[in-house]
Order: sequence, then C-alpha cells, then structure tokens
Amino acid sequence: MKNKTSLLGLSSILLGLLAWDLLARFGSLPAFILPSPVDVWVRFLKAVTDGSLFFHAGVTLLEIVMGLGVGTLLATVLGYLVARSRTLERALSPYLVASQAVPLVAIAPLLVIWFGPGMFSKVFICSLIVFFPVLVNTIVGVRAVPAALHDLMRSYHAARRDILFKLEVPSALPIFLGGLRIGATLSVIGAVVGELVGADSGLGFLINVGRGQYDTALVFVALFTLMALALSLYGLVILVERRFLAWQESVER
Amino acid sequence: MPTKPILTVKDLSVVFPDNNGASSPKGGLHALEYISFEVCPREFVCFLGPSGSGKTTLLRALARILKPTSGKVNFIQRQQPKIGMVFQQPNLMPWRTVLDNIKLPLELEGMGDVKARAKAQEMVELVGLKGFEDNWPRDLSGGMAQRVGLARALVHDPDLLLLDEPFASLDAMTRERMWTELSRIWQAKQKTVIMVTHSINESLFLADRVLVLTQRPGKVKLDLKVDLPRPRKDDIRYTPAFGKLALKLRKAIE
Ligand SMILES: Nc1ncnc2c1ncn2[C@@H]1O[C@H](COP(=O)(O)OP(=O)(O)OP(=O)(O)O)[C@@H](O)[C@H]1O
Ligand SMILES: [Mg+2]
Repeated sequence: MKNKTSLLGLSSILLGLLAWDLLARFGSLPAFILPSPVDVWVRFLKAVTDGSLFFHAGVTLLEIVMGLGVGTLLATVLGYLVARSRTLERALSPYLVASQAVPLVAIAPLLVIWFGPGMFSKVFICSLIVFFPVLVNTIVGVRAVPAALHDLMRSYHAARRDILFKLEVPSALPIFLGGLRIGATLSVIGAVVGELVGADSGLGFLINVGRGQYDTALVFVALFTLMALALSLYGLVILVERRFLAWQESVER
Repeated sequence: MPTKPILTVKDLSVVFPDNNGASSPKGGLHALEYISFEVCPREFVCFLGPSGSGKTTLLRALARILKPTSGKVNFIQRQQPKIGMVFQQPNLMPWRTVLDNIKLPLELEGMGDVKARAKAQEMVELVGLKGFEDNWPRDLSGGMAQRVGLARALVHDPDLLLLDEPFASLDAMTRERMWTELSRIWQAKQKTVIMVTHSINESLFLADRVLVLTQRPGKVKLDLKVDLPRPRKDDIRYTPAFGKLALKLRKAIE
C-alpha cells in the first residue's frame, strides 16, 4: 500500500519534469524565461561546487531557525500568560488584533531600513511572522485544558509547577504544535521576503542576483532549495507530533 | 462508635452566579443550602439525591476544589487530609497510559518512579485491568476507564475517599463486584468514604449512614443509620431489614 503510494508519487514527479522539459525545449521560450530541467541541474551542480549554494542556504536556514526559535519562545510565554489572565488579555487585545491586521510582508522594507541588510532584520521579520499563529494556538490550547482535569489536580493540591508540566503542557501540546507547524512554514516566507527586500546573502539574495543577471536557472535552484528547507522543517514538526502525540487517534495516518 | 468526627460541615451553602453574573443571596443558582453533617473516622457515608440536587457540588466543596459561598468545612485531624476522588466521568489524562494515569498522585507526592510504578501496578491488578497497563484511555470501555479512576483515587492511600457515582457506568455484574471490592478495601484499609449515588441498593449495600438531599437547592432531608450486619452479601437485599430501610429512603426521595 505504502509502496504503491510512493511509486505513484514518484512517477507523477517524473511526468511533471518531462512536461517541463518538453515545454522548455519546444515552447520556443528563451532560457532566461524558462530554463530546462537540465539547465537547472547544471546550474545546481555549479552552485554546489563553488560553495555558494551551501553558504546562502546556510544563512537563510540560520535566519529561519533563529526567527522561529525567538518568535516561538516569546509567543509561548506571552500566550500562556494571556491564557491565564483575563486582565492581561483585555489589556493586550487591541495590540494583538491590530498586529494581526498588519501585513508583515509590507513592513519588511521598514525593518530592513531600521535594522540594516544583515541577518538581524531577517530574524526579526521571521520572529514577527511566527509570533501570531504560535501565540493564538498557545492561548487556545491552554484555554482548552479540560476544567475537570484542573479539578483533579486541585483535589491533590498539586503544585503550580506540576499543574504546568503534568497538565497544561501535555494538554495544550496538540494545538500548540498545530501553530508551530504553521509558524515553521511562515518563517521560511519571512526570511525570503526580508532577503528580497534587501540583503547581502541568503537564498532570497541569490534570487535577486539571478534575476539581475538573467540567470533564471539560478533563480530556480534557489527556489527548489527553499522548498527543500520548508519541507524539511515541516517534516520535523510532523516528527515531533508523531513522537509526542501518539495518544491521539488523528496522528495515526 | 462514639469517636470524634474527622469532618464537620456546618451551614454549607453554594450559590453559583446566574447568567447575569449575580450571586447575591437572592439571585444566583442555589445549589446547596445550609448543609450540616459530621463524619466519623472510618465511616462510610452515602449521599442520595435526585439529579441536580448538588451532590457533585458538595463533593467539590469537600475537596476544596470549590470555595463555598458560606458555611464551613472543617477537618479535625489535619488541616487538609489526603483525598482520593473519583469523578462522575472517568476524567483520565488522555496522554497518559493506564498505568501512568494511576501513578499520577504518587508523582505529585514526589515518590520515586520505580516505587510508584510498583504501587500503581498493584492497583491495576486490584481493579482487574491486568494486561491493559500500557493502553491509552481512548482504547478503554467506559467501565474500564471508571475503574482506572478508582485505582487512581486509591493508589496514594488517602484518608478520605470522595466518590461521585463511581459505578454508574458499569454493568450490573461488574458493579456488584466493585461493591464487594470497595467494602473490602474500606474495611481493610480503614478509610473514611463519602460517596454520592442515585441508587438506593448501592447506598444500603455499602454505607453506614445514608443522607438524602432534596431537589435544588440541596438540603439534608434525612439522615438514616444503616445498621445492617457486615460483611453484606448479595442476598442481603432480600431481608426484611433491608426492605424497610429501602422503603424509608424511597419515601424520602419522592
Ligand atoms: N460550575 C457551575 N456553575 C454554575 N452552575 C453549576 C455549576 N456546577 C453545578 N451547577 C449547578 O448546580 C446544580 C447542582 O449541580 P450538581 O452537579 O452538584 O448536581 P448533582 O446532584 O451532582 O447532579 P447529577 O446527579 O446529575 O450529577 C445544578 O443545577 C447545576 O446546574
Ligand atoms: Mg453529579
């Protein structure tokens, strides 16, 4: 069954590549509009051998991971506090609502102006973009802890710390990880947008270079690398879910 | 037994805020009103009452999950005795296996893992769930889950057991086995038990005393001593003494 699925997937990918190749070959499109798969492959090998791909991919990955880490950490702590305190929620909700409405992509140029074209501005954008889905899901997750289980813990006079680690964290984990999954994908977008606006390294920078030099194959190489990064990150979260949410039916796929 | 009571409840009232948020003496939902009773050490007390008479609310107040609107709950021996509570629903943690659910109270007391596991395993066997230690709660039947809840309430050797209709979801046969089992545990371990139930038979089979609560707001309507001999066997319910008590309870409930 599983073999059959992956076989089908593989042949579908091959078919797609073939279609792309035929289009590039007979579509009478110049290479700077649509390079063929072979062109892209050759460009990929070149970027690998001269080390530039690893360098730029590394920069982007670092931005993504740092932004994801910082954004998640802050969102989780704040989300927990907001979930536990109606007062804090009321005080912060105007900001939370307003910031949800700001298209972060549009303020990326501002952040690059303020914090320069280095890595910091990208990490900042990533954290911002990751922040909200994780925050919201943390709040929802902590609020969804069954009241009856809180009663149970209280009947044992459980310490605050035990309530946190033995009840709230495991109970909120499924919803929290759902937020993290969204955040991981958004983090990639955040890093690339930041780099497109202004950067001296990273895959977004590589895309800009490729565009400027009509080296469209390079743009494709950067794009595919980005996809690989996003997919691995997503897969990582799924792995974490499989490991920690085995008790849920829905995880059994 | 003329011992001093370990639990004294005096004029306990619980008023829940109604939809307008008002919980003034007049407004609000009066769940319990001026409940007073005492419980002696090692006594088995049953509360009998119709649905909505505040039985669960009473247990929650005794466990200090809920703060009474007025009145007092006093434990004599210690400020707060060790409590084991069985809820109306199994109330298990879905992310913990059967064994880990039972182990929870021991963890909260800071017991080492090896010792806690061994004790939890004993309880698994006591409630007849051997072989299901590593199952997730989602794979249990309602009755099995309720038995896990009972094991969890007993595992840390509490002074006071609070049971909220613990056997309501069990089939008749399992229920009667659990009655016998609970009587045995209660006698062997010298626990004080306060149990809430709908069933007259259940209360007479288990209790030293049955208190009947009225329809909302709950008040104590009858405090009936059950002086049936122990151990009580299955056929006790066909004796005249049992029948007389049952009739009294039935009248009080109506
Ligand atoms: N947290 C709460 N907030 C508001 N009202 C409540 C709350 N808990 C219970 N009540 C109300 O108090 C009354 C008594 O409820 P309780 O659960 O104690 O009844 P019960 O005797 O246990 O009933 P049952 O036999 O159906 O379990 C009910 O009318 C219920 O709606
Ligand atoms: Mg109830």
